[in-house]
Amino acid sequence: MAEFANIRTHIDENIAVIELHRPDVLNALNRKMVTEIVTAMEIYDRDEQVRVIVLTGSGRAFAAGADIDEMANDDSITLELLNQFAEWDRLALIKKPTIAAVHGFALGGGFELALSCDLLFAADTAEFGFPEVNIGVMPGAGGTQRLTKLIGKTKALEWLWTGERMSAKEAYELGIVNRVIAPELLYEETMRFAKKLAKQPPLSVRLIKEAVNKAVDYSLYEGMQFERKNFYLLFSSEDQKEGMAAFIEKRKPRFQGR
Amino acid sequence: MYETIHYEVRDRVAWLTLNRPDKLNAFTEQMNKEITKALKQAANDENVRCLVITGAGRAFCSGEDLGGVTEEMDHGEVLRTRYAPMMKALYHFEKPVVAAVNGVAAGAGMSLALACDFRLVSEKASFVEAFIHVGLIPDAGNLYYLPRLVGHAKALELAVLGEKISAQKATELGLATAVIPKQSWEEEVQRFAGRLANMPTKAIGLIKRYLRESWHCTFEDYLEKEAYGQRIAGLTEDHREGIRAFFEKRSPSFQGK
Repeated sequence: MAEFANIRTHIDENIAVIELHRPDVLNALNRKMVTEIVTAMEIYDRDEQVRVIVLTGSGRAFAAGADIDEMANDDSITLELLNQFAEWDRLALIKKPTIAAVHGFALGGGFELALSCDLLFAADTAEFGFPEVNIGVMPGAGGTQRLTKLIGKTKALEWLWTGERMSAKEAYELGIVNRVIAPELLYEETMRFAKKLAKQPPLSVRLIKEAVNKAVDYSLYEGMQFERKNFYLLFSSEDQKEGMAAFIEKRKPRFQGR
Repeated sequence: MYETIHYEVRDRVAWLTLNRPDKLNAFTEQMNKEITKALKQAANDENVRCLVITGAGRAFCSGEDLGGVTEEMDHGEVLRTRYAPMMKALYHFEKPVVAAVNGVAAGAGMSLALACDFRLVSEKASFVEAFIHVGLIPDAGNLYYLPRLVGHAKALELAVLGEKISAQKATELGLATAVIPKQSWEEEVQRFAGRLANMPTKAIGLIKRYLRESWHCTFEDYLEKEAYGQRIAGLTEDHREGIRAFFEKRSPSFQGK
């Protein structure tokens, strides 16, 4: 594994855990940290040992936004030339399931990062929000797009315009959060779920993720064509043979991810 | 550092004393803010394992200082900006909280007492749902806590009629944990607080948390939450100590961890 300065990583069974690690600044995202997160995600995405990637924050927060000091004096052309948020596109290309385990603040870029994961588990003390508007800007790493696709235009506008903070419970009711968990058990419960998910046939998990993501962008007709091809594709896998044989023989399947 | 309250920690108990005795400890904006701040201080202080809220002088708290009420006042905003943060901090406070009701608790002062986990009531103290007498409704969480403590019908009766509730009556209604005679007041409050401060603090916090949750979820959801709660409790040092003490046939010594 590459050397990282702003994140910590480890593997527990077949779960890769990426921990945002700038606790003294509530894990505020700087450019370097985002590069490291994306790099680690891509490494684990290719690592055969790894079935699920969990993203979490160390200290008191998930991530309290972007590092404002870093960008306060930038101009548009600098940002364009830096292509500041291009790396975020690569997050959307991760094939394995990703789970954000959020406690404390997930604000601005921190919220965008959590939203770019497939599932979101939150401590009941977690708070989400897009405060960018309060400092004269707006989300730039997918916030307006991902939030709107998740909760619809009218609700998204309200949150984005006011910059107010959303409690874990509100986020749950809006369908942003999968589970709200006592803070003491957030990590344990997330890992329990991740390990359960890791036992599912990886190719099915992967193609289901692809198909569901297409549902967001495609028309129903296009989406169904895409789904169908993936369904057919799975019939070339050993896991399909094993899964169906096990079903017929009334035994537990042993999936290999092939 | 505080002007309208007095705050100190003695023997693992934080004492928060409303300290405007000449105004019967009526709330001002500053006092709301100082209470909120002190609640956060007590919550974050690992040495604190019990909080006592009481009043200096004759009264516990006479509620909002009517001296500050003007015709232009937006009552809703006052609640949102001043009272809600205070009541939320108390709602989420995961250590035992005792209201030592030394004298009258009226209006929002009564609400403050209702939001505590225990109410030790001096024999000369009383509660008054004063709001109706000035054409307002009980606020600062009052109507939320009241029916949970005394039932819907009694809550309505108390809130609408606004009659003075004596210490004795408070006991009958289930509002008071105990009524304490004047002469042993300080001693008994200290003893009760000290007892709580030596208990398994985390478990008390979890009991508070899941009792609260029980009002807001289905039975099935509750059972799942309960499993979380017991898992957390099962990981505490105090649980291990409790089990050890049980087998060693001695009294446990809980550390609040």
